[in-house]
Amino acid sequence: MSASEPLLRVEDLRVEFHTGDGVVHAVDGITYEVHAGQTLGIVGESGSGKSVASMTTLGLTRNQGASISGRILFEGRDLVACSDEELRSVRGKDIAMVFQDPLSSLHPFFKVGAQLIEAVRTHQDVSKAKARERAVELLNLVGIPDASRRVDEFPHEFSGGMRQRAMIAMALANEPKLLIADEPTTALDVTVQAQVLALLERLQRELGMAIVIITHDLGVVAELADDVAVMYAGRIVETTSAEVLFSKPEHPYTWGLLKSLPTLEGSRREALVPIQGAPPSLINRPSGCHFHPRCPYSQPEHERIDPKLEPIAGEPNHHVACLLDSETRKRLWAQLSAGDTPEQAQAALGEAGGRP
Amino acid sequence: MSALVEVRDLVKHFPLTRGIVFQRKVGAVRAVDGVSFEIEQGETLGIVGETGCGKSTTARLIMRLLESTSGEIRFEGEDITHMKGAALKAVRREMQMIFQDPYSSLNPRKTIGSIIGEPFAIHRLNEGKGERRKAVQELMETVGLNPEHYNRYPHEFSGGQRQRIGVARALALKPKLLIADEPVSALDVSIQAQVLNLLRDLQSEFGLTVVFIAHDLSVVRHMCDRVAVMYLGKIVEIGGGDELYDFPRHPYTGALLSAVPVVDPSRHGEQRRLLSGDVPSPANPPSACRFHTRCPKAQPLCSTQEPPLEDKGSGTRVACHYPLTREEVAQIGVRSAP
Repeated sequence: MSASEPLLRVEDLRVEFHTGDGVVHAVDGITYEVHAGQTLGIVGESGSGKSVASMTTLGLTRNQGASISGRILFEGRDLVACSDEELRSVRGKDIAMVFQDPLSSLHPFFKVGAQLIEAVRTHQDVSKAKARERAVELLNLVGIPDASRRVDEFPHEFSGGMRQRAMIAMALANEPKLLIADEPTTALDVTVQAQVLALLERLQRELGMAIVIITHDLGVVAELADDVAVMYAGRIVETTSAEVLFSKPEHPYTWGLLKSLPTLEGSRREALVPIQGAPPSLINRPSGCHFHPRCPYSQPEHERIDPKLEPIAGEPNHHVACLLDSETRKRLWAQLSAGDTPEQAQAALGEAGGRP
Repeated sequence: MSALVEVRDLVKHFPLTRGIVFQRKVGAVRAVDGVSFEIEQGETLGIVGETGCGKSTTARLIMRLLESTSGEIRFEGEDITHMKGAALKAVRREMQMIFQDPYSSLNPRKTIGSIIGEPFAIHRLNEGKGERRKAVQELMETVGLNPEHYNRYPHEFSGGQRQRIGVARALALKPKLLIADEPVSALDVSIQAQVLNLLRDLQSEFGLTVVFIAHDLSVVRHMCDRVAVMYLGKIVEIGGGDELYDFPRHPYTGALLSAVPVVDPSRHGEQRRLLSGDVPSPANPPSACRFHTRCPKAQPLCSTQEPPLEDKGSGTRVACHYPLTREEVAQIGVRSAP
């Protein structure tokens, strides 16, 4: 990471929703940074708060029932404190978003071109003809063939991959400094997904924008991200560079995710090691470490103590929220990556630790 | 081993019509267009392909949930293609299905007990007092559900648990064939592994033959003995999982395997082959080899003569005039090749 000012710095962000069932602690004090030209991947399962965190950046969770605290500094300006009016000038211009489902995020009654023109003219004072030229240029940029004809088609005439490209084109209309992509490829087939990921990578190279990509797919993160934050139950439990995360992960939840993933090279005889149980409810969160009910290495005191996201000694860029000490974690991961089950790893560690 | 299911030249065309009162047929979506394969007793056959390639339609044809346009389906040697009435009901008992979406495949107004017990009701089994409840609760235990939740409703369960309910319902009649249509694609990674492990354990416990349909190539590799790759209603390559993943011969299989994102940043930036464009419409598929419009190796022959599905010397059967070579597989960055 460069030492320069980050483009986006989220500080102790908390988002709570007051519902009839109780208070949903969707995001519970997360902090991260994104630098210009870099890609941050946010990984987590459904209900981990990953989407809420980034929608809050654009003020999309502002609502009567929601309470938001913390700071979101974009180029030094706090977006949480901004008025709706001020946010509107940032949204779609400096920060743009690509949503998961391209069919429901494009308006079915309007031509793709009209929607692109609207995106351009919202922030730029240009004539309709000029905006239309820009729309065609954008569709060309994202690789839609025959763009000058396609610009007059309706979303339903586009295939899934093309709709997602159109969404990306719309997000790029005002050359944003930051692009937030929320599960941009989840609804797509693998070959189309590969196309869209390659497109995002190319655009980042050409336009130098920063990207926050939110996904549940570790493969996508490995392909695209420079840094990764793993979220669980509204918190970041581990954050580091993509390389370190996949080679030297330190949080038991990250281990669980990596070990429960079938791989292309994997043999049929190897059993997967799932994480036991199910993700917790964000209304009644477990006490202490939120992961302790599912963690195979949890100790009795983990039910009481709430771990903080702290840097690992010797690795200033690698933060983990885990109550096990770093030495134990490193040895556990060594056992796990050698193919041990969590039980075996723990037993091996017990023997080693018991020796004088 | 003998074949439990044999499929010969199976075709399903969905008519496209125009007009409201007087409907004219103006064309057909060729969802499945002449596929043949066998499913051996006790094996797991994976069917992979992209949206709209006909993999789910094939499964529904085997289950006789759809009427085929032509072709033949044999189950335990018996032709079931046009079977009706009581005979069909008896065959259906032997094959069961698990669906993709655990939210819409369970009736929200019924309790778990009556959902899992419904196959018994249909086939008039376990009719004695308390007998059905006992059988259902045993099933619930087998798939890892708490039997005390017998009287709960589907909304009280999480996605992974609902999928277990679907599995229990499918196993109720002790079928010989289980068809799982994208059984884990709606689940989170950590839950997905739980359900995959459950399916594998149950397969060996009950001696099931499984057809496993998925678009996730890693999941299929993990689950299946043999794999069939479909493209626009046809099988383009079929063979043993190891052979097919190590040395894909069809350029489409190669492209699929090179497109899968892998959990290894060190392989990032490796050469990969991206297919351009989209899958053509199955209502108007390309001539001869259907992949020729997107195939990087296409020659004039490919648009005039359809390649037969045959062995090209590497263990899989492939429908291609110019199959991939080892060098090409290395070049395009097939993520599963050694």
